[in-house]
Amino acid sequence: MEQQDEADEIVQEFLTESFEGLDQLDRELVELEEGGEPTSRLASIFRTIHSMKGTAGFLGYERLEKVAHAGETLLAKLRDGKLTLNKPIADSLLQMVDAVRDLLTQVQESGAETGGDFDQLVERLLALAEGKAVDAKPAAATPAAVMPAVKPELIEELVPDGLLPRATTSAPVPTPVQSQPAEPKPSELKPSEPKAPAGRTAPAVIEASVRVDVGLLDRLMNLVGELVLARNQLLTFAAGADDPSFLAATQAINHITSELQEGIMKTRMQPIGSIWGRLPRVVRDLASELGKQIKLDTSGAETELDRTIIEAIRDPLTHILRNAADHGVEMPDDRVAKGKPSQGTIRLRAYHESGKVNVEVSDDGAGINVDRIRERAIERGIITRDAAKLMNDSKLAGLIFEPGFSTAQQVTNVSGRGVGMDVVKTNIERIGGRAEVLPGEGGGTTVRLKIPLTLAIVSALIVNASNQRFAIPQVNLVELVWLDPNQMATQVDEVRGEYLYRLRGNLIPLVHLGRVLNLPSVERDPALGMHILVLQADGRRFGLVVDDVLDNEEIVVKPLGPELKSLRVYAGATIRGDGRVALILDVLGLAHEAHVVLESQLRGRDALRRTTGPTTAARESVLLCRAQQERVAIPLHMVTRLEEIDQHVVERAAGAEVVQYHGEIMPLVRLGKLLGQDVTAGHGPIQVVVYSEEESSVGLVVDEVEDIIDEEGMSVRKGKPGSLFDSAVVRGKVTDLLDLRALADAGAETPFAAVGSF
Amino acid sequence: MGQLCTFYLDGSRFCIDVAMVQEVLKPQPMTEVPLASARIQGLINLRGRIVSAINLRKCFGMDPGGTDSRDMNVVVRVGESVVSLIVDQIGDVVEVDEQQFERVPDTLNAKFCDLVQQICKLPNDLLLVLDPARVVAGME
Repeated sequence: MEQQDEADEIVQEFLTESFEGLDQLDRELVELEEGGEPTSRLASIFRTIHSMKGTAGFLGYERLEKVAHAGETLLAKLRDGKLTLNKPIADSLLQMVDAVRDLLTQVQESGAETGGDFDQLVERLLALAEGKAVDAKPAAATPAAVMPAVKPELIEELVPDGLLPRATTSAPVPTPVQSQPAEPKPSELKPSEPKAPAGRTAPAVIEASVRVDVGLLDRLMNLVGELVLARNQLLTFAAGADDPSFLAATQAINHITSELQEGIMKTRMQPIGSIWGRLPRVVRDLASELGKQIKLDTSGAETELDRTIIEAIRDPLTHILRNAADHGVEMPDDRVAKGKPSQGTIRLRAYHESGKVNVEVSDDGAGINVDRIRERAIERGIITRDAAKLMNDSKLAGLIFEPGFSTAQQVTNVSGRGVGMDVVKTNIERIGGRAEVLPGEGGGTTVRLKIPLTLAIVSALIVNASNQRFAIPQVNLVELVWLDPNQMATQVDEVRGEYLYRLRGNLIPLVHLGRVLNLPSVERDPALGMHILVLQADGRRFGLVVDDVLDNEEIVVKPLGPELKSLRVYAGATIRGDGRVALILDVLGLAHEAHVVLESQLRGRDALRRTTGPTTAARESVLLCRAQQERVAIPLHMVTRLEEIDQHVVERAAGAEVVQYHGEIMPLVRLGKLLGQDVTAGHGPIQVVVYSEEESSVGLVVDEVEDIIDEEGMSVRKGKPGSLFDSAVVRGKVTDLLDLRALADAGAETPFAAVGSF
Repeated sequence: MGQLCTFYLDGSRFCIDVAMVQEVLKPQPMTEVPLASARIQGLINLRGRIVSAINLRKCFGMDPGGTDSRDMNVVVRVGESVVSLIVDQIGDVVEVDEQQFERVPDTLNAKFCDLVQQICKLPNDLLLVLDPARVVAGME
């Protein structure tokens, strides 16, 4: 019985190592074909196959041994320089790898080699080794080519990748019987090669790492999560205790827990390169299937991510890559006609950026055809023609992530069935990441994934709104602001029910947490001031107003049940020190809910249009703006938004200043110009009062938005017909009252003419 | 069918197949979930696991809890997920056999028909057989 177990163990060990070796073979063969450094690579490939053959023979897997032997014979000729690598040889070798993988899968699933006729492949390998030319055609007929490739999950289960240096693939195994045939001494194996790779000559390196079951790591991770919670509970108790030795012990536990947590997190980190191993092969096969020439460049393979995240991005990444190869890179002839090299390049890049990992797939292909996307999206009913008009290029490009979207002219084997990119987006968002598509440098396309480092434990700020506690992940937090009542009066403005906060001159929208979540409002002493969390979501900032900011805690993110999944404002829940559950806010979802993110701005704008009618109330709110020393007032109901725009995004059209605003061209009018002042365009951001309605919009550039005031029963004296100004008494002074709507209409009828150019 | 765990809701007697019941808990500290359906009473901490508590009275369109409601948690497993069903009071476990079951008559209101497919006849009482899977499916 014990013997049986031991034999099983040997087989398992053999399978684990072999699958790992196969991934490496795939990669190395493709690199070799692309003109990688031949001698050492061939030696390494030879070694892998050789030790596989040896063990297979020892374990009695005859077919496997035969296939590996034929491959080894061919590889020996290559290594010794008697043959040079060409496409038929590379194809046959890759088919051999497939055959071996197939046989290994059979062994794994049933414990024996169950099928497949590999005689033809063996013959071809041997014929190639003899230096005979072999017709490439039989390739399609070989069993290897028609055999389904091994399921990637299977390999993954067996290979806890990234835990070990690759060199251990053929390292001595603990069972003595196996090590003999499987592990020929380097000297007899390749007498011609002077130096062995580092992994072999330094056994200490090998012994320094241990294979660990991933399931065990997951359990440890969960336990550490619980420990963190228990520690937090303990700290809550300790806060009310005064026994010094108890406090000291608590402190010690606190530190140890933190270190343990960090350590366990690290064990789960893997270089992202561990899932890149097979990608060169994927690209190579795709390229030959499509008749294209594609090279895959990778950088940042050492960037580390939590393994659950690595798992989650494996398929999306492969899909994006296939998409880039299929839709992005053009056929060689087309490329040459455009003056590009016939071989296209796909770049795979991973790098850290502000606590997240960015993974980019860029191609140097034709780039995204926005017009075609627009047409296709309208055709498919994804957007309406009217909505399309309001969308700018980057938003149109983002439509490729919509379900049912595909712009491939023909449905190919590879992609173009209209599934995929939406799945990519969903999968990435599920792990708290984001997917976006950008025009690449030099005409190609870049798909960028922004991914969190880990999912399990995050640092979060605990806040209070209407006496309920919420956690907000620190990654979204830009800064924390507290305003005293005086500052509140000067730095927070209300425009049509929307509150805006001036953060060092920048206007950011404010979102009241309690109101967004529809919580009962609580009486609050105004002297307590206002807590604003400046958060970042989707490239936009907004301020979240909460009643109180309590603490910064490490929290363990726990999922919510499917019955709550539709609520985008929550990212999960956590258990706090007192054992109670607190909801974790999803900043992006919150921004959507409060309509502060670009995507929902169109909707928000529609809502504004409905409400922007003239007010009939006796009280009139006006916005006071200044250009140099002159003040004008603008009835607030005419103000759609206050924006701050960078001077450098201002463009010129027909001699006037314009800016792209929500996919439309909005003319800019300098208030100073209207007032007959000398205006010189400065540098830095400009303050713009935006008015927009159906067809017309205008941005009024002012030096400063000074205040919003309510005037009781304001008396207005109409200006001359055709004039943009009326006059009114504001704060006891006669002030020019600007009719923004008339200004916009003037601009719309005779573009820019009526408002003058400057 | 075997054993049924019985409970009370707004004066009516209901039951669930015992095999689906993981445990029964006294009222738990509850964290409300703003913006969620009113049928979600809140979240409870079940030994480190976060479980949604579903207010059955709301599901049936009954009065939202009166003085007779003690907010007992019947924790049930439905497929992969675990939810707690908030009921007024827990009854005893009864042994039943196949012949005691009958389809719910059409005259019962539509809300009952959706969540209660069967009725169980006891010698001097009737039990409405609640299907937790339908309760959960109705939440998503």
